This record gives sequence, structure tokens and C-alpha cells, in this order.
Amino acid sequence: ISFRCMGCSTEEMGLFLDFNPFDNLLCILLGISFTVWFTLLLVFIIVPAIFGVSFGIRQLYMKTLLKIFEWATHRIERGEPTSLEEEIKEIRRSGSNRDLDHASEFEMSDIFYFCRQGVESIMDDEVTKRFSAEELESWNLLTRSNYNFQHISLRLTVLWGLGVVIRYGFLLPLRVTLAFTGVGLLVVLTSIIGFLPNGRMKNFLSEQVHLMCYRICVRALTAIITYHDSENKPKNGGICVANHTSPIDVIILASDGCYAMVGQIHGGLMGVIQKSMVKACPHIWFERSEVKDRHLVAKRLSDHVEDKTKLPILIFPEGTCINNTSVMMFKKGSFEIGSTVYPVAIKYDPRFGDAFWNSSQFGMVNYLLRMMSSWAIVCSVWYLPPMTREEGEDAVQFANRVKAAIARQGGLVDLLWDGGLKRGKVKDTFKEEQQKLYSKMLVGTQEDRSRS
Amino acid sequence: MGSRASTLLREEEIEEIKKETGFSHSQITRLYSRFTSLDKGENGTLSREDFQRIPELAINPLGDRIINAFFPEGEDQVNFRGFMRTLAHFRPIEDNEKNKDPTASEPLNSRSNKLLFAFRLYDLDRDDKISRDELLQVLRMMVGVNISDEQLGSIADRTIQEADQNGDNSISFNEFIKVLEKVDVEQKMSIRFLH
Repeated sequence: ISFRCMGCSTEEMGLFLDFNPFDNLLCILLGISFTVWFTLLLVFIIVPAIFGVSFGIRQLYMKTLLKIFEWATHRIERGEPTSLEEEIKEIRRSGSNRDLDHASEFEMSDIFYFCRQGVESIMDDEVTKRFSAEELESWNLLTRSNYNFQHISLRLTVLWGLGVVIRYGFLLPLRVTLAFTGVGLLVVLTSIIGFLPNGRMKNFLSEQVHLMCYRICVRALTAIITYHDSENKPKNGGICVANHTSPIDVIILASDGCYAMVGQIHGGLMGVIQKSMVKACPHIWFERSEVKDRHLVAKRLSDHVEDKTKLPILIFPEGTCINNTSVMMFKKGSFEIGSTVYPVAIKYDPRFGDAFWNSSQFGMVNYLLRMMSSWAIVCSVWYLPPMTREEGEDAVQFANRVKAAIARQGGLVDLLWDGGLKRGKVKDTFKEEQQKLYSKMLVGTQEDRSRS
Repeated sequence: MGSRASTLLREEEIEEIKKETGFSHSQITRLYSRFTSLDKGENGTLSREDFQRIPELAINPLGDRIINAFFPEGEDQVNFRGFMRTLAHFRPIEDNEKNKDPTASEPLNSRSNKLLFAFRLYDLDRDDKISRDELLQVLRMMVGVNISDEQLGSIADRTIQEADQNGDNSISFNEFIKVLEKVDVEQKMSIRFLH
């Protein structure tokens, strides 16, 4: 016993002399957990991203989440959705309340048609609801997607609390680390590649680097993407057009193929990224002043497209972020250039997290934080067969044809309205068209009467 | 965004609006979130500009007249109660309401009130009469520049001739009702809401 005590006391004395035993323990624990953390990160996420393989962890995660959501579903009762178009067609069929016995060209009740249309649009119109996030039928445990969040039941609230802890305590730091890694690697590696002489080696390396970094970013958002019809992927010398929901669209498309980006040069971190990207392969960045000059823009785009060694251009013709329930008017600029257009449809699954960026509500950083603290971003990408402008078709008709194809594939509503209505006013020409249509009804009847 | 809607509309208010307009609870909350999404200034009232921001309303030839119907005489702001009161005119008439207690005040969506809404769209100066001038102005709004003044004038004259019974060259509300007695107002001036 005395022998053991001596041993103990010497140890204790030794320890007391150096430092507090708990500090030491804490350091060791931290060190171990950090190493484990980083190794896991490396093995399960970064290495597969580099080689483009997947363990299927995210698919499993998605299935588990879906089961939990079904359990927690809180169904909002909905009757038959009234379609604005159906109601207007019905009123038109019954005429503007013309009493056929009298056959006069104007009835005081004509006003009912405009009246009802107007009040319907006050209650709910097709356009303004495209600019706010889609309403969900079941709740996915994110307060931001439940407009009537109230205390429903204790179990649900506990589940929600657990969800918050997991999302903000575990997922968010993981994703932020990955994001920094991905972006950092992109900047560093593309700058290095910029020193190489132009040639096949440089292009090959640049493609690999871009793909790798985008794949890391994809994992940083826990984006689970399904690509369909990859045989239609855009080729060099073409223009890839897609519907726009958020800035993440770029990452989603660029992690599966190499594109030349088009955009305005920003300052700050974005600017640094843009400048280093362009060292490795030719992207098209415009100064703010050049953006207004449509001819300059068109010229640079067509120059790029003619050079067959350069990558296909990626363009979002809607011009602004739409909430992914419809496709709005495509601006015709990219369709005037005259090269092959490769349409791509992107549809997000809103059950896991709403990817729509309402730029009037959140800034970019706020938006990215929201994305990274969602459960996951699940989306489908369809590569549609290439289209070219046909004989006798002008740019606007071509643009509408492409838009219809994208809307049909993605299951989105095809709208003629301009995405610019998010910020600006509607043009008067639309009102004039309505007036013209109504006038024809009045004057047309008069002609019939004079004939008979 | 969503939490604003549920905290600012109290249960008592919803009950009052229910009694006054006949909308259901879910319809009222839904319209309230619509009201707040239109209210860009976030001050609990809508101005004419808030309405004009709706593109489908802005291109409606009678858009301005419809917007005007929401604002009482001389006022520039409408609150949620006023908004609902005007929208109530377009609530469909349900069968069980047709045989209601005759001593109760007329519901906002009765046939007569629907016709009154339409009448007020024509009656620009709110003097309870549609003069030839007012009719011309409204017609001009509906047809734009596509019909000449003379043609439009003759249309207006013909309409007033057919409707006017007491010879004062303008249409009163009773004459208006008579002209439209065959029209299915209940159906044409009703909007099916989302449940």
C-alpha cells in the first residue's frame, strides 16, 4: 500500500508541477475531436468530390427526412384551386352578357367582365405571387416555410427544437467549412493554372479544377441533384439557357459540366473569385458601364460562341430570380446571336428547403446562411435537346419556344409576363390591347347590322 | 414574413369581419396575408399605388375605377376592414342565405349590392345618377382610342334612351336595375374563393 501511495504522490506532484490536469485533458480531447472531424470530412466529402463519386449518404439522408416530414405533416385544408384562366374563358363563352334578342353593340352589363377580372386580380394574381416563396402543403420543420407557425403540439415543438439544434449546431458549421474550402481551393488553384501556357493541358486542368471545386460547394449546400438526359449536355460553341431561381443554379449546373459564365464584375470576394476564374479559362465578365451597351454585349457573346475551343456560355434569360413555380418571359438578347441553344430545366423540391432568392427581402449573405441551415436542397436538372432558330422565326418567337419547352419539362407554369415586373411597372401596351379587343366587339356588331 | 400575418389579426377582429362580410375564417386569414403582401409601406393600410402595382389590374381598362371603389369619399387609404367590406360584394350567394331573416340588414353580397357596386363604377361623381358625360367617359376608358367620338357618342345616346324612363337624360339606380333585370348578376359578379 505504501509503495502505491508513493507512486501516486510522485505522479500527482509531477502533474501539479507542470500544469492543471484538466487543461491537459481538454486539450487532448479537442485535438482528437478536431482530427477525427477533419478526417471524416476529408474521407467522406472532399475526396469523393475530387473524383466525382458518391457514397450515397445524401440519398439516405433525403429518404430519412421525408419519412420524418410525413410524420410531422400538418395538412392545410384546400378546396379546388380556381384557375384564373378557366373563369375568364367561361365568361367569354357566355358573351359579355349580350341579350341576343336586342343585338345592341353595347350593354351596361359589359362592365361586369372587367369588374370581376379586376377584383380577382386584387385577391390573387398570377404575377406577384411568383415573387414570393411558394406555399407548402406540409410543414418541413422550418419556421420560415410555415406562415401560421403556432404552438401546435408539444411533440412537434420538441421535434422542431431538435431540428434547430441539428441544423445550426452540426450542419451549418460543417457546411461553412466546406464552402470556405471549396471557394479557397477554386481561387488558389485557378490562379496557379493561370501561369501555364495556353493549350490542351491547361484546358483539361482548368476543367478538372472547376468541377472539383463546384462539387465541394454542392456538398457544402447538401444539394442532392438528379441529372436527366445527360446526352443532351451543352457542347462548345453553344449557349446554355436555364430558368433562374437562385444564384445556386450556377453551382448546380457547373458541377456537372464546364461552362463559360457571363456576368457583371462585382467588387469584394465575388470580384476576387471572378478574376481568378478568368485566368484559368475564358469567362465573359462585363464592367458595369458595358452592361448597358447591348451591341457590345452581343458582340462579345457572338465572338465567344464562334470560337469552338471555348466552353458553352451559361445564360439565365429571365433576368431575375423567379420562385420556381413558373417560367417568365425570356429576354431575347441571347436568342439573337444565332448559335445552337441548349435548354436546361431546373426544378427544386420545396419540401426540403426553399431555394428561391427574394432579393428584395434578403441580401446575399443572409440568403446563403439560410440555404446552409436548411435540411437540404433537392433538385432535378433536365438537359433538353438542342434547339436552333428556324426560318422565318424571329428572336422573340424562338425565345418563347425555348421557354415553353423548359416549362413543360420542369412542370412549371409558362407565363408571358416579364420578370422585370418584380421591380418595374407594366407597359401600357397590354391595356391598349384589351381596349382594342373590346372595341372590336362593339364595332364589329355594328358592321353586321349594317350588312343585314 | 409569415409571423406578421398571424400576430396582427386578432381573433375578435376576425369574428367581427366574419359577421359583417360572411367570409369564413380561413378566407379571412388568407385575404389578410394578401393584404399585407400588397401593403409595401407596412403601415396597415393600402394606398392607390399599392393597388396599381398589381400588373393584371394595371392593364385592366377599368382598373382605376375598380381601385376607386375601395376608397370611401375623399380618403386615400383603406384599412383591412374596408378592404374586406368591398371584396365582400363578390362573395357568391349561397343557397342557405337566400331565405334569411328579412329583418336582418341586407348582406353585402346581395344582388342589389352587387348591382350597386357596378353602378358606382359608372357614376363618377357619386351623385347617384349616370349622366351622358359619365357614360361617355367610362366607355372611353373601355375602348381606348379605337372608336371615334361620334360613334361612341351615338352608343351612349342609344344606351341612355333605352334605359331612361323618367326623361331626365340620365340613368338612376332603379333604372339601372330595370335594364339588368334579366342578367344573372349573382353569377357574373361573384368570385369563387380558395376554400
